[in-house]
Amino acid sequence: MSETCDGAALAPPLLDYTLRLADTALILGHRLSEWIGHAPVLEEEMALGNIALDLIGEARALYSYAGAVEGKGRDEDALAYRRDAGGFRNLLLVEQPNGDFAATIVRQFLFSAFAQPFWRRLAASRDATLAAIAAKSEKEAAYHLRHAGEWLIRLGDGTEESHRRAQAALDELWPYTGELFERDAVEDPLIAAGIAVDPETLRAEWQRTVSAVLAEATLEAPERVWMQSGGRSGRHSEHLGHLLATMQFLQRAYPGATW
Amino acid sequence: MSEVPMPLWEVFIRARNGLAHKHVGSVHAADAAMALQAARDVYTRRGEGLSIWVVPSGAITASDPAEKDMMFEPTASKIYRHPTFYRVPEDVGNM
Repeated sequence: MSETCDGAALAPPLLDYTLRLADTALILGHRLSEWIGHAPVLEEEMALGNIALDLIGEARALYSYAGAVEGKGRDEDALAYRRDAGGFRNLLLVEQPNGDFAATIVRQFLFSAFAQPFWRRLAASRDATLAAIAAKSEKEAAYHLRHAGEWLIRLGDGTEESHRRAQAALDELWPYTGELFERDAVEDPLIAAGIAVDPETLRAEWQRTVSAVLAEATLEAPERVWMQSGGRSGRHSEHLGHLLATMQFLQRAYPGATW
Repeated sequence: MSEVPMPLWEVFIRARNGLAHKHVGSVHAADAAMALQAARDVYTRRGEGLSIWVVPSGAITASDPAEKDMMFEPTASKIYRHPTFYRVPEDVGNM
């Protein structure tokens, strides 16, 4: 546990907070890795694989820290591969299936437009470990945002079919964006201690980024939709269990396997 | 789905400051901005570069391999064009 972090009282929320970040990075990274061998062109296969590796790298650093904060000897593999769906704390947005290429791009765009300013703020955290992970992740998220944003502009303002698919993906995924800005009893003491980021402070920048790209893409954000919630407290869509069954198979079938 | 192939772009990467951009390969992309992204994703995954150029492949004018005798053969006999052809006097030291 970081020396700047304020004693035992903050350890439980810090563990939850770190796991939320780690799970979100891992699940999105795994989703993107599902494109390997299936991407529309070689260039995008590499691009999506690169983003997946960035995210999985972020997850590894965060899991290692979570294991240290928890202090029960769980390492990154134990946290990634030996928890069930109810134990995962990722955002619902990132567990949504890849769908078509437009859906993958929209999901990445909506998330990265949040992640970049989030990491930038977290880089100023009073928790030295989180700040260091955030500083590295911010550069990665900046590229993820550019990659997805440029694609979304071209899909939205492309052919009739690409526009239709991009708009459909936006309508489908928009209800999962409310969770980006949720705040609960896990964050409250950490925000007060200068460790966590208050997500409300990111909303205006997220909206500006999203509006600018959607306008250029000739796409429309849905209005007044019911926002889904629950991922951050372990209530997931049906999709996560299937994802974990694939991702965790090896460690479940052959516990402790290494290569 | 229309299957119009995306244009081809040649990729040049400069590994370090002070070096020249060097041709490393090509990518398909719809336009220049996307070509730059694709080049970054395909050719700089192992820290290969500090700078990338992408050029439409069609913008490159290439010599004709069938003309290589005319183009390149005549230089083979002109060894005096190489600096190593000349003996440097001892007094000059390292050049």
